[in-house]
Amino acid sequence: MHESAFQIFVNALLANNFVLAMFLGLCPFLGVSGKLDTAFPMGVATTFVMLVASLCAYGLNLLLSAFHLEFLRLISYIVIIASSVQLVEMVLKRYSPTLFRALGIYLPLITTNCAVLGVALFQTAREYDFIQSVTFSVGGGAGFTLALVLMASVRERLQLSNVPDLAQGTALSLMLAGILSLSFMGFAGLGG
Amino acid sequence: MNPSTAKTWDEFMEGVWRQNPTFVMILGMCPTLAVTVSVVNALSMGVSTALVLIASCGLVSMMRNVTPKEVRIAVYIVIIATFVTVVDYAIQAISLALYDALGAFIQLIVVNCIILGRAEAHAAKNPPLPAMINAAGMGLGFTIGLLSLGVVREILGAGTLFGVSLFGANFQPWVIMVLPPGGFFVLGAWLLFFSWLERRKLRRRQGSHAEATQNA
Repeated sequence: MHESAFQIFVNALLANNFVLAMFLGLCPFLGVSGKLDTAFPMGVATTFVMLVASLCAYGLNLLLSAFHLEFLRLISYIVIIASSVQLVEMVLKRYSPTLFRALGIYLPLITTNCAVLGVALFQTAREYDFIQSVTFSVGGGAGFTLALVLMASVRERLQLSNVPDLAQGTALSLMLAGILSLSFMGFAGLGG
Repeated sequence: MNPSTAKTWDEFMEGVWRQNPTFVMILGMCPTLAVTVSVVNALSMGVSTALVLIASCGLVSMMRNVTPKEVRIAVYIVIIATFVTVVDYAIQAISLALYDALGAFIQLIVVNCIILGRAEAHAAKNPPLPAMINAAGMGLGFTIGLLSLGVVREILGAGTLFGVSLFGANFQPWVIMVLPPGGFFVLGAWLLFFSWLERRKLRRRQGSHAEATQNA
């Protein structure tokens, strides 16, 4: 089945949203979504890492297939992701020290974000070509950012409302995520 | 029970109850929510994660004196990725249907924060045997967490348990429970239940304390 680039993008962004439909990247989704100011940069940084990791993974997969070393795929992907996170860290530190400090510990933690490894693994499993891989990773990153921003906005508003003590904390976040995910189900079938 | 057995037992139970990875530490959420649509999936995911956890904690602990501090995280990740590859190929050989059902989530065990967290917080500081016992407890705790979600979601969402129909043909399944939102709702409900239990325990203790002071 050949999917057009646009279909892949819309699918990854809305219909199969990485966070709300495929359960990838839940740790930062629950951890960093407290404030809108940090949620958005976090989403952008993750998107960038996803794009770099997806490009490298595409090249690496060609190389591994050529030498019949498929069993090394997982190990080499994770090494690539760790190095691209390092790259993003160095670039940010050089050009935007303020943002670098604001993101703090969450920046190195992008390495263990399953959405990033998920992009690399899914594009290999679905045998996407170069253009498809790029749109898939950008769409997935944009979807991750969208979910993070939506969640942060809702949680900021909820700080002012009267929530029962029992439901404070993670239980409340999960219920919210459930409702968001329910509304994202309305996009099902959009990507064709 | 002699003191050393008691300590070992304590080490083991830490992961099962007091520091349960799913309900207390809220770690490893992605596989928890993604694969728990049926009990069989949940069980196999829990067992494979536990195997990777035990094996990598053992190896990390054996290598703890020769690992340079600066590159330890990279070393841990490569160790974990190696064992995940082994488990991945093993499941593929045992049951292809199961492999398809779990999808990419077997390979995504690599980035499960429970394993890296245990390697860094426990295995890197303890000898192999206690580290593996602790890892086994954590693995069991994670499996229990997955199962408690899987059981609820399969019964409500499909009306079955282990694939066996429970309510007969007239049962109208609550389909939303096996879809993504159901995962969030069920886990949220479990957390609510546990915080209610905690609160009730606290109130009872305060109640009996107040009674004691009145009697005095």
